[in-house]
Amino acid sequence: MAERVRLTINGVAREDLVEPRTLLVHYIREVAGLTGTHVGCDTSQCGACTVLVDGDAVKSCTAFAVQADGATITTIEGLARDGELHPLQQAFWDEHGLQCGYCTPGFIMASVKLLADTPEPSDDEIRIGLEGNLCRCTGYVNILKAVRTASRRMTEAGGAPTGGAAAGSAAARTAG
Amino acid sequence: MIPASFDYRRAHDLDEATRWLGELGPEAKVLAGGHSLIPLMRLRLAQPSALVDIGRVPGLDTIRVDGDRLRIGALVRHAALARSEVVRRALPLLAEMAAEVGDQQVRARGTLGGVIAHADPAGDYPTLALMLDAEIVTTHGSHPARDFFQHLFTTPLQPDEVIREVTFPVAAGPHRYIKFRRRRCDWAIVGAAVQQSDGGWRLGLTNCGPTPMRARAAEAALAEGRTMAEAALQAAEGLTPPSDLRASSDYRRHLARVLTRRALEQAAA
Ligand SMILES: Cc1cc2nc3c(=O)[nH]c(=O)nc-3n(C[C@H](O)[C@H](O)[C@H](O)COP(=O)(O)OP(=O)(O)OC[C@H]3O[C@@H](n4cnc5c(N)ncnc54)[C@H](O)[C@@H]3O)c2cc1C
Ligand code: FES
Ligand code: FES
Repeated sequence: MAERVRLTINGVAREDLVEPRTLLVHYIREVAGLTGTHVGCDTSQCGACTVLVDGDAVKSCTAFAVQADGATITTIEGLARDGELHPLQQAFWDEHGLQCGYCTPGFIMASVKLLADTPEPSDDEIRIGLEGNLCRCTGYVNILKAVRTASRRMTEAGGAPTGGAAAGSAAARTAG
Repeated sequence: MIPASFDYRRAHDLDEATRWLGELGPEAKVLAGGHSLIPLMRLRLAQPSALVDIGRVPGLDTIRVDGDRLRIGALVRHAALARSEVVRRALPLLAEMAAEVGDQQVRARGTLGGVIAHADPAGDYPTLALMLDAEIVTTHGSHPARDFFQHLFTTPLQPDEVIREVTFPVAAGPHRYIKFRRRRCDWAIVGAAVQQSDGGWRLGLTNCGPTPMRARAAEAALAEGRTMAEAALQAAEGLTPPSDLRASSDYRRHLARVLTRRALEQAAA
């Protein structure tokens, strides 16, 4: 039996009927048509599917769309403002934090949450914050650099945008 | 893969949840954080006929100290346990364990009640629950942890029984949990937990058998005044850990001894 889901993705309110077994990642890609969020594994390990749900970085392959009813979701498509890349997107570009790019949306969304919690992380804090994301190309060194660079630029700019719902996350959480 | 079809119901309170679970029968399952169940459903190793989502039941996400017990609601998430000041003061070992469950994304969704109910021998909290005599409080009554972890993924929970909270004794003395793994975000290949409580040591082991284990021979050796190094040599006594791709049974017994010694020495340092 189809269930009604009402939620907001990247600032746009939606209402859809979905089968309960629809994974959030499939809803985002196939119903909402936002294909920047990727699927990289079948075991909840790679993090390519990471999006923000009420400010938390979540593996959208490990949630059902029905669980996100009422939630505010931000995907990689929701980060840029007025044609200007989010500081993390720009820093991944500048520091060559990607090669094939498949893992990149997930890394960037996990990094958005990391910098919202810890605006000036140490290298170890970056590694721990991104431990739920795998990259088969870069060897991680440039990813680390990219997050460091974004952190510096964002702090210099005095707390830059964190992608819609990223700040003030816990208060807005719906499911406890 | 896409999970098999199921009916979905979102419970407003636990009475509703148990009533629905009763009506839907034993093929229906509780859904909490989904971080054990959904991976199994995606591989179709689990194909429940229905899910009763308790994720929004109010009142199950509280953490409080009540006399000499720390009471934690079933829906408290790993991330909330890790940063809770109350947990850090009353049972810091639990907060430290929580900070090392899975990764950032897993900690944002997975719940204490889910780990306890799932009873995976590689789960971290069951070890602490067993060694400290936690109580698992449910819609149907209460289970002491020592009767709860019966076998691999097997507990006395009835199909319509839902965990409300888990209570631990307050214990803020020397403690340490060492999780041996190949990547930081991984499950423990073996984990060793030590906690001083009421003047004695409690020692627990993760992933050394079909359930969490207590290293009782080593506990007794410490109580008799043996050194930590001597006592830790007995940490694997009576254990027959599983062999799998990541470690043989013998290697796990070796790890149990080495990690118990390290954990004791680091806790006492
Ligand atoms: C990549 C990854 C890494 C992980 N690493 C670790 C790790 O290092 N250590 C660790 O301990 N865990 C780890 N986990 C598991 C994670 O902690 C899960 O969150 C947890 O095991 C289950 O909690 P949940 O709330 O997600 O439960 P769910 O998946 O929703 O449920 C799990 C089972 O418990 C039952 N259940 C849930 N809540 C209740 C309740 N209140 N009453 C009765 N039954 C209930 C469900 O019916 C189901 O059978 C990992 C998971 C992933 C995906
Ligand atoms: S697709 Fe790999 S963790 Fe979600
Ligand atoms: S850039 Fe190719 S997987 Fe990360």
